Amino acid sequence: MAREMMFAEAIAAAIGEEMQRDSNVIFYGQNMAMTERDPFVKKFGKSRVRITPISETAELGIAVGAAMTGLRPIVELYMSEFMLVAFDQVINEAPRLRYMSGGQVKVPVVFKAGFGFAAGWAGQHSNCIYHTMMGIPGLKIAVPSTAADAKGLMASAIRDDNPVVYLHHYMLTLDKGEVPDGEYLIPFGVADVKRAGTDVTIVATGWMVKKSLAAAELLAKEGISAEVVDPRTLAPLDVKTIVESVKKTGRLVLVDQAPRHASAAVVIAGEVAEHGFQYLKAAVKMVTAMDTSVPYSEPMESYVLPSEEKIVQGVKSVLAMQAAAVQ
Amino acid sequence: MLAKELGKDRLVWMYTHMARIREFEERVKGTFAAHPGVIRGHAHLADGAEASIVGALATRQENDLVMPSYRCHGYPLVLGTSPRGLMAEIYTRKDGICKGFGGSMHLADPEHHFPGTTGIVAAGIAHAAGAALTAQVKKTGQVVYSFFGDGSSKQGAFYETLNLAAVWKLPVVFILENNEYQAYTHIGLEDANYIAGDPLSQKAKAFSIPGVTVDGTDPLQVYDEVGKAVDRARAGQGPSLIESKFYRLSPHGNAITVPPVPTQFQEHEAVEVYGNKKEYEAARANDPIPKFRAKLTGNGTFSDADAKCIEEAARAEMDDVVKFALASPFPAPEDAVKYVYA
Repeated sequence: MAREMMFAEAIAAAIGEEMQRDSNVIFYGQNMAMTERDPFVKKFGKSRVRITPISETAELGIAVGAAMTGLRPIVELYMSEFMLVAFDQVINEAPRLRYMSGGQVKVPVVFKAGFGFAAGWAGQHSNCIYHTMMGIPGLKIAVPSTAADAKGLMASAIRDDNPVVYLHHYMLTLDKGEVPDGEYLIPFGVADVKRAGTDVTIVATGWMVKKSLAAAELLAKEGISAEVVDPRTLAPLDVKTIVESVKKTGRLVLVDQAPRHASAAVVIAGEVAEHGFQYLKAAVKMVTAMDTSVPYSEPMESYVLPSEEKIVQGVKSVLAMQAAAVQ
Repeated sequence: MLAKELGKDRLVWMYTHMARIREFEERVKGTFAAHPGVIRGHAHLADGAEASIVGALATRQENDLVMPSYRCHGYPLVLGTSPRGLMAEIYTRKDGICKGFGGSMHLADPEHHFPGTTGIVAAGIAHAAGAALTAQVKKTGQVVYSFFGDGSSKQGAFYETLNLAAVWKLPVVFILENNEYQAYTHIGLEDANYIAGDPLSQKAKAFSIPGVTVDGTDPLQVYDEVGKAVDRARAGQGPSLIESKFYRLSPHGNAITVPPVPTQFQEHEAVEVYGNKKEYEAARANDPIPKFRAKLTGNGTFSDADAKCIEEAARAEMDDVVKFALASPFPAPEDAVKYVYA
């Protein structure tokens, strides 16, 4: 059975179901669980659901220590940038301890954070920083783009015995979608073809999936069939599905809300250059944010970020390219 | 139980472990000269810390967890970790307790209540509070011992963790091992409390938790104050800060060199950097091990012959440990891809 619910509700549903299922799951963060009226506090009590001060190093470090000793903490961080305050715990503690101990400990934490808030939140609160965490051995990254994916990936994140950074795009918070009831798990490292097509592969994450699907509709009116692939997890990254799609279409447009060299797009482009070169009929195109911080004022904010129109232009530019003759 | 009520067995136990830690650390140090290249990277020794380590750990109940910094060789020796496994790990070998994956700074033995260590100053303080959170949520009755140096007490992790541990009344005891040097830096160059003539235990006031300073060269004083703090933690009254003062007899670690320059332990920073030989000589004269030995022979706990027996046993034990570690094979190179993910 499935129900329509909002993206944010789906995440809360997954957390609630996993906390019900496993008493080792705890949930804490700033500005949450303030009073006994909070639904999580009501259901699971003040020991498992807590409020913290603004102390990211302690919040994340305590989660690491608790995870090493048997709990499964979810830390609510609100915004991915706040992880930067305590980045040692994210990059150099959580994913290292199992390895350095020769496999004796595990660190099953979930660091939950919103990101990409392109609604006037400006330079420090609107960023996409997942590139700083991609490729760190031992660290996993989930980036859902639909309510169903949000639920399935959160449940999997909580059950994963590794540290997971769970990033949920702010602009998707109220988006509705059909979400399966009850236990629903999406495996990590499995991309989802959100729209099948034949002329070009568009790879996008988070809010950019929504924009790419809208762009695909516009392109369809002009007879261009775009396939939209959503990796769903940036680590592990499902390169295979992306390459399979490129094999079918021969063309690749990567859409990313981060600036060019700070994008997941540039990583995926590298993988396709190595593993899918023989299928490409044209050069890869990256549609990313411009190399600026995110400005406050709307006309400027829209100017620097990817849009449906820029994605359409990107696809058309790739279709216009003649493939280099390779014998 | 107060230290003065401790029976002979417990006092002998304390002396035995102090001797074992010293013998182990002397072997690690000696390896740099005797077998250059066998130990890689950076190793940090606990010689001088024995009374503080053993006095604190003597208060433990069986399931209590211990989480120190990267100066971590001494604690697992007391907890029952195989010294062969510890030395083999420091010697990069497959039989190391971390199978050669971690080394001196990253020892771990969860089976012996030693969940793991981090090489980043103060990061482990938060981990220790996290282990205490587990004990609190699961109502295990465990207390967590968090050991860290005076150098850590200027890191954000120290302040954030102590505040939150106090707010949540976590069952953790914070033991600040003040040996007055942070790597090469004397505490007088970097600590506002010290500069004002105040003890570091005063930092506890920032969190309104109990703070006390003890003579870290007297295991019984350490035992008494840590014991009280542990009782408070176990009773749900939250954390305390114990400032344990002693001198580390070796420099911060082996000299930082870049291959192919060989590394070794040089002179203590007091001498090497500050030219303060007198301070170092005084610390040597105040070595906690002969001091405790004299106390125990003096009050009839054991005889000089008994003490010699213990010392010889420790020496023999650690000679065997070195032999074992030197003969232990290296890990297979392809083992490197294991344990990245659980």
